[in-house]
Parts: sequence; structure tokens; C-alpha cells
Amino acid sequence: MTTTQPEQSTVDISIFGDDIVEKAQQIIARYPVARSALLPMLHLVQSVEGHVSQAGIAFCAAQLDLTTAEVSAVATFYTMYKRRPCGEHLVSVCTNTLCAALGGDAIYAKLREQLGSDGKPLGHEETAGAPGTPGSITLEHAECLAACDLGPVLQVNYEFYDNQTPESASELVEKLRNGEKPAPTRGAPLTDFKQAELQLAGFFEGRDPADNAGPSASIETVRGAKLAQERGWTAPSMPDDAPLPALPEKK
Amino acid sequence: MTENNHVLTPVLTKRWLSPNSWTRHTYEQLEGYSALPKALKAHPDQLIELVKASGLRGRGGAGFPTGLKWSFIPQNDGKPHYLVINADEGEPGTCKDIPLMMADPHSLIEGCIITSYAIRANFCAIYVRGEVLHCIRRLNAAVQEAYAAGYLGKNILGTGFDLDLVIHAGAGAYICGEETALLDSLEGRRGQPRLKPPFPATAGLYASPTVVNNVETIASVPYIVNGGSDWFRAMGREKSPGPKIFSLSGHVEKPGQYEAPMGVTLRELLDMAGGMKDGIPLKFWTPGGSSTPMFTAEHLDVPLDFEGCAQAGSMLGTTALQIFNETVSVPWAVMKWTEFYKHESCGKCTPCREGTFWLTQILQRMVRGEGSPSDIETLLDICDNILGRSFCALGDGATSPITSAIKYFKHEFLELCQQNAAAQPELAGASS
Repeated sequence: MTTTQPEQSTVDISIFGDDIVEKAQQIIARYPVARSALLPMLHLVQSVEGHVSQAGIAFCAAQLDLTTAEVSAVATFYTMYKRRPCGEHLVSVCTNTLCAALGGDAIYAKLREQLGSDGKPLGHEETAGAPGTPGSITLEHAECLAACDLGPVLQVNYEFYDNQTPESASELVEKLRNGEKPAPTRGAPLTDFKQAELQLAGFFEGRDPADNAGPSASIETVRGAKLAQERGWTAPSMPDDAPLPALPEKK
Repeated sequence: MTENNHVLTPVLTKRWLSPNSWTRHTYEQLEGYSALPKALKAHPDQLIELVKASGLRGRGGAGFPTGLKWSFIPQNDGKPHYLVINADEGEPGTCKDIPLMMADPHSLIEGCIITSYAIRANFCAIYVRGEVLHCIRRLNAAVQEAYAAGYLGKNILGTGFDLDLVIHAGAGAYICGEETALLDSLEGRRGQPRLKPPFPATAGLYASPTVVNNVETIASVPYIVNGGSDWFRAMGREKSPGPKIFSLSGHVEKPGQYEAPMGVTLRELLDMAGGMKDGIPLKFWTPGGSSTPMFTAEHLDVPLDFEGCAQAGSMLGTTALQIFNETVSVPWAVMKWTEFYKHESCGKCTPCREGTFWLTQILQRMVRGEGSPSDIETLLDICDNILGRSFCALGDGATSPITSAIKYFKHEFLELCQQNAAAQPELAGASS
């Protein structure tokens, strides 16, 4: 070791303008220690380029006084940071055991076929259409998406489309290719992958407040609560003023 | 059982039916933020005693007593303390925290404020898995509302207590649900588990005392403050008190979230959920995610609490009841789960990194019909070399589906092998 100084990057990072620098600094300000900003900052650079490029890595390194090797080590660890440019939309199909048993595998196979070309099905994390252009779609199979009661599920730009079938998923993807943006089952009106990434970096300013509304929960989510209501089942009632325990004696 | 014998006892889920349940307005109309002033008037140690007395145990799977965990935080040590919420819900089958945060984010935030006050923390992070954008959106909006109302920030409700709360989106790594991997990830590193000890209570986030708790655990706290420990203990069982969200998924007529006292059985829950889908009989199920050894139709009356599941040879885990009927091949299901563990193994330790890779290859070969009975022994041998020898519980969890499947459904693995033997008639003279 001859130096502990972060390397001077030779990568052109000019694609990240002053507004992105400002946002990067805002992310850093959220945490007691700057490096905690790295994961959200990688979402931020992905919102600019549609993937984490060498420039994106160099940008994060410069903002956080890290080496590009340190940032690369992190960026390559996590599934959501894409190493190749993504489509306008990212379609993620849950193929973990439960969704798969309910039809997730069939949905994924159908979409691979549909988005493939020259008789070759589209592969995991491959893109149909030129990345970033309208109607382009990156397809992936995903691990459990924590919506098992609604399976099989898929996501477009991390918004939930519940209770899918190969047919409904196929129709959804066809609409996306035609520039339509069908509403998610639970979630905000659909935007695109880059805008979703900006929100994952923690920036919701300028979004329609109605984004936050929408279906709170599906029928499945509230089934127990509804059944309890219908049958008049409740938790035991609380006492009016439950006392707190006394302070434990100091040893 | 509760004193009134109600099978379902909505506490955490009671607001979910209300319009705009995710807003501060609705939350406050339905007793929300009423526990906070009561808690902030108390001494922090009284709150720790209260949660100890309630018997609340961690809802993230391990069931560690929550009050005890809080009491491990050293006081007057001159270091900052931190509260980190594990909202990285990713255990296959688990789907309780995401709906809770989506429908009622303020209950978690109120719990965070009370808990932070109890452990003397002034910074709290909610680490949410990245793939649930709408949930993150709702949490962010709720945090803003809480700041605007003076529940977060400086001098909360005029008590002199300060708390900043940040919503932190993960980036797609199941391992970050492991608490020390989560802390590394929150520090901006690869999410790999740390050696314990030291435990997070003494050296957690930024090497400072840290409590890491699950969403459902902390969302339970405001109710315990308002209702008291006796009220909480009126539900559930002695060593596993309180209500719990049970998530039913798979081949049932009405999958969904059912909040019941600890100790409820699958038979009772299936009854709530309209029985098995299309009347096709139950074959196997997980009590709490894929990392908990599977159960069969013989286990319908096992009390679903920490002790009941352990006595029956499994674990309560995350109360994610994945239910599979007779049409599903057990070796296939196990192969799919094993592929998951292989993908999510962080690579830090050899038994898990190499073992999950080998297990996947063998199971894929068996499902293709190219296995032999000796593969079963090899699977068990590899599991034996992973279980208890891995750095963290991911490796242990990866062995659960395999060993439990072989325990209850060995014949299915053998049948796959017979297919293989039948498909490849011995060549004349090949053995000579």
C-alpha cells in the first residue's frame, strides 16, 4: 500500500449533472455515517442510466470518497442493480416454489416465449427491444416477492400485479409494448423503471399525491379482518388505563 | 385461546378495513398515537419492564424475548444507540410485514418512536426490501406526516426526546434479513453476516449498541403500552403470548392474512380459509416459511406457537403457512427452494456457498429422473455438513426442506430413481 487516497477516476461521469449531485448529497445527509448512502445512491444512478454503469460506480465512489473497487463490490452483490441497460419496464415474475406451483413457472415461460425473437426465448435479465426505448421490456425471474397469498404474482417496475395467469400476464406485457400502462393491482399508476429507481432512492417530490392512495390492500389481505368483523370476533378489550410496571430497583 | 374464545383476534390488522388506513388522520381516529404520550411520560426502563412482562417475542422468526433484547443495550455508555427495523421480508411464503406496512404504516412508526425512547436511541432506520415500492412510498409518506405532526424530529411532544427516522430501501438480497448482514448492508456494504459475538446490542450499527427488531414485533408495542401486559397475555399461550398474523397461501380456497392468538392450529385456520382448494387433500405445508421443516396432514392440530412447532419437529418461523395439495411433487418443491437458497447464499462461508450449489445439482438431476437412491444419502450427508457449520442461519434453513422432505416423503425421491432405472435398461454385458 502506497496510498490510502481514493483513486482519481478517469471515467467520464458528466452524465450526472448538478441535480444528481445535489440529490446524492441529500441522501448522504440522511445518515449518521456517509457510507450508508451507498445503496440508495446506486438506486439514484440507476434512475439516470437505467443500469449501474462504470460511470455510475465512479460517481458514487467520488461522492462517498470510496474506491471504485469498493463500490463495484457492493453493486455486484445485489440483484436489483442491473449491470446492463434495462428496458423502459422491468417485468419480474416470481418463480419461487409457491408461485411456481400456482402457475408462476408457466407465466415466466409464456413471457420468455412472447418476448423472444428468432424462435429463441428471452433469457433472464435480457431485454426485448432497444433498452430505454418506449415499449422495451427487461424480463427476469424473481425470488419470493412477499405476496404469497396473492400468487402467482409479477411486478412491473416493482409494482404488484396479483393473481396472474399466463394469459393475463401476456396481455399485460403486450400492452406495455404498445405504450400502455395498465394499473397495478396494488400500487401507484405505472411509470417506468427509471422513475421507480428514483423513488427507491427516496425521492418522491413532484409525484402526484394520489400515488400514495390506490388500493391499500387486496381482498386476500383483509380476509381475516373481514371475517372477524362479520362474526363479531375481537381481541379482548383493553383496560381503560393499564398501569405501567414500577421502575426496577437499581442493582 | 382468548378469554372469549374468538378464533380471530384482530389487533395489528384491525385498521386494515378502514378507508385510507395508511393516513395519519385515519390512524389517529382509531386510537393511533395514543400510546406515544403515555410512553414518553414514563421512564424508559418502565417500558422495557412492560415489554418483558408482556412476554412479547420476536415476530421475525427466532422468537427471542423482545424486552430482554432491549435490556441488553448498555446504558450511560456514552455511545449513540440505534433502532433498526428489519423489514426485509423475503423468507419464501412470508407476506405479513409488507401488507402491514402498506395498510397501517403509522402503527410501525409509533412503535419505533416508543422503542427508540425505551432504548435511548435518537436514530432509527427501517430497512425495507427494495422490491416493494408501494410499501416504501407509504412508509415515506407516513414518516413525513409524523414529522409534520411533531411525532418525529426534535423535542417530540415537548418532552425533549429527539428522533430521526429514515426509510432505507434494500436492493434485492434475501441474506439481508439476517440481522448482522442487514447492518452491514445498511452501512453501505455487501450484505454478509458478521461473527457473533459481539452481538448488535453491544456492537451493531456503526459498532454502537443497536436493537434490530422485526416489523410485526415493533408494531405490537403501542398496543402493549395501551393495553398492558395482562391484556396482551390474555391472548396466546403462556410462553408465546399475544396475537400474530398468520399468512395462508397456496392451495386453499381463501388465502390471506388471518390474525389469531398464538397457538391456533392449521385445522382452525383452514376452517377460516374455506378449506383446501377444490377439495384436493393437503399433502405438505410449512409452518413458517421454507426454512422451517415441513409438516404434513398429520400435523393439523399442532399448536402454532414457538413451543408447539418445536415439539413437533419444526419451527414457528414467520407463520407463513404455505399449503400444498397432493398434486405437487415434493422433490420438485424442494428443488425449487434449494435453487432459491443457492441464489441467495452470500458466499461468505464454504459449507453454504458450496453446499447449496451441490444440493441444487443433485436435486435437479433427481427431478429430471436421472438420480439414484445413493443421491438421497448424499443429500443428507451434505445437509449434515451445512447444518450448524454455516456462518448464519441461511445455511441451516437451506437444509430444512430437504431433510424434512426425506423424513416424510422419501418414497417420492425413490420413485424418481425407479423411473430412472426403468428408463435405462441395463445393457447386456455392461456389468461384466
